[in-house]
Amino acid sequence: MSAADTSGAERGVAGALPNSLRTGPDPRGRFGIFGGRFVAETLMPLVLELDAAYAAAKADPAFRSELDYYLKDYVGRPSPLWFARRLTEELGGARIYMKREELNHTGSHKLNNVMGQILLARRMGRSRIVAETGAGQHGVATATVCALFGLKCTIYMGATDVERQKPNVFRMRLLGAEVVPVTSGAGTLKDAMNEAMRDWVTNVRDTYFLVGTVAGPHPYPQMVRDFQSVIGDETRVQMQEAEGRLPDVIVAAIGGGSNAMGIFHPFLDDPSVRLIGVEAAGRGLDSGETAASILRGRPGVLHGNRTYLLQDADGQIDEAHSISAGLDYPGIGPEHSWLADIGRVDYVGATDDQALAAFQLCTRTEGIIPALEAAHALAHVAVIAPTLSPETLLVVNISGRGDKDIFTVAAHLGVTL
Amino acid sequence: MSRIARRFAALKEQGRGALIPYLQACDPDYDTSLALLRAMPGAGADLIEIGVPFSDPSADGPTIQMAARRGLKAGSSMVRVLEMVARFREDDAETPIILMGYLNPIEAYGHARFCADAARAGVDGLIIVDMPPEEADLLDRPAVEAGLDIIRLVAPTTDDARLPLVCGSASGFIYYVSITGVTGTRTASSDELAAAMPRLRAVTDLPVAIGFGIRSPEQAAAAVRAADGAVVASALIKTLEESLDEEGRATPDTLPRVLTQLSDLAKAVRAAR
Repeated sequence: MSAADTSGAERGVAGALPNSLRTGPDPRGRFGIFGGRFVAETLMPLVLELDAAYAAAKADPAFRSELDYYLKDYVGRPSPLWFARRLTEELGGARIYMKREELNHTGSHKLNNVMGQILLARRMGRSRIVAETGAGQHGVATATVCALFGLKCTIYMGATDVERQKPNVFRMRLLGAEVVPVTSGAGTLKDAMNEAMRDWVTNVRDTYFLVGTVAGPHPYPQMVRDFQSVIGDETRVQMQEAEGRLPDVIVAAIGGGSNAMGIFHPFLDDPSVRLIGVEAAGRGLDSGETAASILRGRPGVLHGNRTYLLQDADGQIDEAHSISAGLDYPGIGPEHSWLADIGRVDYVGATDDQALAAFQLCTRTEGIIPALEAAHALAHVAVIAPTLSPETLLVVNISGRGDKDIFTVAAHLGVTL
Repeated sequence: MSRIARRFAALKEQGRGALIPYLQACDPDYDTSLALLRAMPGAGADLIEIGVPFSDPSADGPTIQMAARRGLKAGSSMVRVLEMVARFREDDAETPIILMGYLNPIEAYGHARFCADAARAGVDGLIIVDMPPEEADLLDRPAVEAGLDIIRLVAPTTDDARLPLVCGSASGFIYYVSITGVTGTRTASSDELAAAMPRLRAVTDLPVAIGFGIRSPEQAAAAVRAADGAVVASALIKTLEESLDEEGRATPDTLPRVLTQLSDLAKAVRAAR
């Protein structure tokens, strides 16, 4: 166990930890002090109905087998666990494996959750889906499954993000979704989330709100985690097959935190597996232009849950900054906040520049163009891999592919496309 | 008896309903909104709601969103809002003041310290949009200890099974959100209101005020015929917004226009029954 793990354990509430870290949340939707259901009364009955509907679906083998069918033949699961030989050689340290979520249909891990929730929405008789999106990956996944099932689909996207993620906006519209640019605030993911909640509160009878990350009012953080845990479940089996044991280190990028929670959760009770979440540090953790909610925020209430938030002394929410539209959010899923407080997961930051460098490194050494989100995880891998022994098994979650980001990257590299 | 309870009891004796106007603190600036607050009782306000500006008002429509932005730009903070209430209390000891907003600025201030300071400033009640009764545990006790009423929201989606939970923990009055939606959009029909009231009356003896979508004197009158009070927010803020100059600053028209509209609403409410 490394020094960081020891200090992490000491940070935890001594003796107060449950036997398993995988049993949360409690019936109120709490992970420690985090989570909950902080929504307007109009939405409260809907959130409770969703909780009951999800519990029933989860207990129904028919739901599970329906989901498995679509995950296999439509999403394309399982995704491979790829040994990144050249990247390993280049960095000279830990054996680096990549969990290839970018190979899923629509190019990211987002479809795992969208597929689960839309099957649930259909069970609940909902005919219209609304969702928020940042980079557009969740929006594209949502529009895709809505097309598959013939559901009406409205996607809220910050106007700034509409501008910097044009290919995804076009994809969503091709798929038949209505994309609504949101101009309030800085026009990013937080503002899109506000607007999606306004739509939901207005259209309660027929509309299902499809949250794209492990945040929002209970049961969303739990439900999205459950649907994304397929990533970690597969990784467990695949690493056993490849190396005959569990990985030593798992690294994943964190915006809201769904790809990280998906790969972390099945390993929470394996103390030998070191888990590292990489927040977007933007222009630097102390630059004032960051999206590192755990490292630079403090607990507060936004968008239905209590969690770490970037905010000022008066409780006004700050604008986040990241080169990656998908990480550009001033909050984080409540389970991450809890895992940070008890010290089970280490949270670190990677800057825009580090992510850009890692983006190019991965592309050049592995022939894989990662999403800028995943490039943050790779950036931390580039920092730690050389310090680890060649016996160390490291898994990095490649949560999405980077085709959508080539315009942003080109602009930063001074190239006009 | 709290100021809120006294006011509703007095109005009941007079046989009329309450008019409850809303303003957003520091919209468009501290002095203008304090002047508006001070003038509201004279123009017919029976109780007053002060919106606490928040960066992410996810239950509000465009009008109140813009008001919150103007308020924050003008330097609103919880400290300023409480200071404003204290200034108002210097010459009005009777008109109940209710703060309406979102939970996070209260969390940032600290639940207990906030309740104590709010009560000291002269606040009578709190409406916290994103705090359903299930999540009220941290605030309920300090609020009770400070003598603040926690005013619960009831919505058209609140079913009969849930109503006793919501109303059972309420004090002051019940705020009936008359539509599913954000503030300042659709207006509920009199039929919808008539259908909702018996459900509420069956579970609570507290006064009921109706809000969301009440714009005109006629709608305000209809609301106080169905219930005990009418909240008018976006319609007044829209008028304020229209009176501002191109840079969003107050003009000599700002107060007179909002107060004239308030007087018209008050006349209709007083003549309603």
